[in-house]
Amino acid sequence: MSEIRFSGFGGQGIIRCGLIAGKALSLFDNKQATMTQSFGPEARGSACSSQLVVSDDRVLYPYISAPEILISMSQEAYEKYEPELRDDGILLIDKDLVKSKPSRGKIKTYSVPSTRFAEELGNRIIANLVMLGFFTAITRIVSPEAMKKALPGLVPGRFLELNKKAFDKGYEYGKKILTEEKKPKKK
Amino acid sequence: MKKVKADPKGVLTGAHYLDGDYALAEGALAAGCRFFAGYPITPSTETAERFSERIPSVGGVFIQMEDEIASIAALIGAVWGGKKAMTVTSGPGFSLMMENIGLACMMETPLVIANVQRGGPSTGLPTLTGQQDMMQVKWGSHGDYEIIALCPDSPQECFDLCIDAFNLSEIYRVPTFIMADECVGHMHEKVVIPPAEEIELVERKWFKGPKDKYLPYKPDKDMIPFMVKAGDGHRFHTTGLTHDERGYPALNAEFQEVCVRHLVEKIRMNADKIIKLEEDEIDNAEIIVISYGITSRVTTRAVQQARKAGIKVGTIRLITVWPFPEKRIKELAKKIKAFVVPEINYGQIVREVERCVEGQAPVIHIPHCGGWVHDPDEIFKAIKEASK
Repeated sequence: MSEIRFSGFGGQGIIRCGLIAGKALSLFDNKQATMTQSFGPEARGSACSSQLVVSDDRVLYPYISAPEILISMSQEAYEKYEPELRDDGILLIDKDLVKSKPSRGKIKTYSVPSTRFAEELGNRIIANLVMLGFFTAITRIVSPEAMKKALPGLVPGRFLELNKKAFDKGYEYGKKILTEEKKPKKK
Repeated sequence: MKKVKADPKGVLTGAHYLDGDYALAEGALAAGCRFFAGYPITPSTETAERFSERIPSVGGVFIQMEDEIASIAALIGAVWGGKKAMTVTSGPGFSLMMENIGLACMMETPLVIANVQRGGPSTGLPTLTGQQDMMQVKWGSHGDYEIIALCPDSPQECFDLCIDAFNLSEIYRVPTFIMADECVGHMHEKVVIPPAEEIELVERKWFKGPKDKYLPYKPDKDMIPFMVKAGDGHRFHTTGLTHDERGYPALNAEFQEVCVRHLVEKIRMNADKIIKLEEDEIDNAEIIVISYGITSRVTTRAVQQARKAGIKVGTIRLITVWPFPEKRIKELAKKIKAFVVPEINYGQIVREVERCVEGQAPVIHIPHCGGWVHDPDEIFKAIKEASK
């Protein structure tokens, strides 16, 4: 079982991240994924989050308690949710929007300039898709094929190709980082 | 009771990733619901939204009403106009509906009301979960009556039970309730919608006799009177007053007994046919945990833990909460060491369990004030305590 939290500020497409990953896992990767989201004033403009519990069997407890994966696309969300990340967890952040503290425990931190990449692709609104691609490459919890299959219906039809491009950009960037990580370090 | 297949127009066959609220709307459309009137309220608003988007494409009507009491009035009118109708709400709206829910019961009007429960009382916790309207759904309107209430534990079941709710409401000519909660309403999970030909629906029991001979409250052999479509030329009357078979006011003790007894008995005498329970490892159980809705999922985790610890624990999930499965609980009370009842309120369904157990075994309640679900550990500890 895995617990994942996507976080950022309202309007970045954080809930959409949970929906796309949840749909991909549930419909195309043969997993059971339950998605819940933060409602109320905190979801409107300030720190906002969506949570996924992923399992091979039925998800019984719908909420996350100690996520092993945290995705933060804003400083406020990072500060709010980082303390609950497991000591051996994975932290994914937007390189330009989040300044992370020195990591604690065995937490592995990976960063991607998702907003900058999205701007280079022509629209910052697809930064969440860059992040999703990056998330897919680094965590390998969901297949990239399933993620792409999940997009229709969850992103506007006329922007489907652009969203896929953004996903690929993040995915390739993530894969590159993993490859470099494996290379023996030069002395 | 005539069974028909669902109209493919309303059925979104396939696998989807939906929240419980959306699944309620899809269940209703698959069940042939073609009229929705409601007033938006968190956490049920998404159902209304989905209806407003989807219902024009299936030839139905969506109306945003001025308030909740008017919503039920509109539903009653739509049903007597020949449609299947539904509304959704949450605590505060549910309270406002109560007067006309009584009217729908008295007029024996089949309709479906979903309450996506949030923490109360009053405006309480708009965006957070609760199971605090479980008694209100049974007793909220004045006078004696019976209703049917179902409790989904997942988006999939929001879809499935919505179809059951429409069927039951038609079979018994009674308002039928889906008592969901914010957690189930707002969680997204996989929902599989079957092909239309696999969805069996109950057709309204239409009166086929001469137009001037229709009696809207004359019970048929199965206790349930026939219905007609208003405007088709039948002469009939219907009212919230105590009435005779013609639907005319008959204001004395004699007719009160016939009329109200009928409202109560048509459900109580068919309780065995209506009630659906999900039981697990009851046969050798020493402890039984009784739960419903989202709480039953959290309970399952606690029960797994208890079984690992060697405790003989069984579970009953109340899919039907009203009519209450008193026969089954009474039967089990004789041989069970203790019952454990977790629910997100300060003691509602536990009272029904206590009533049925009649002091033959301890009934341990695990209350929760609302806003969140139980910690499975808390339920596990209660099971452990009960097994000592």
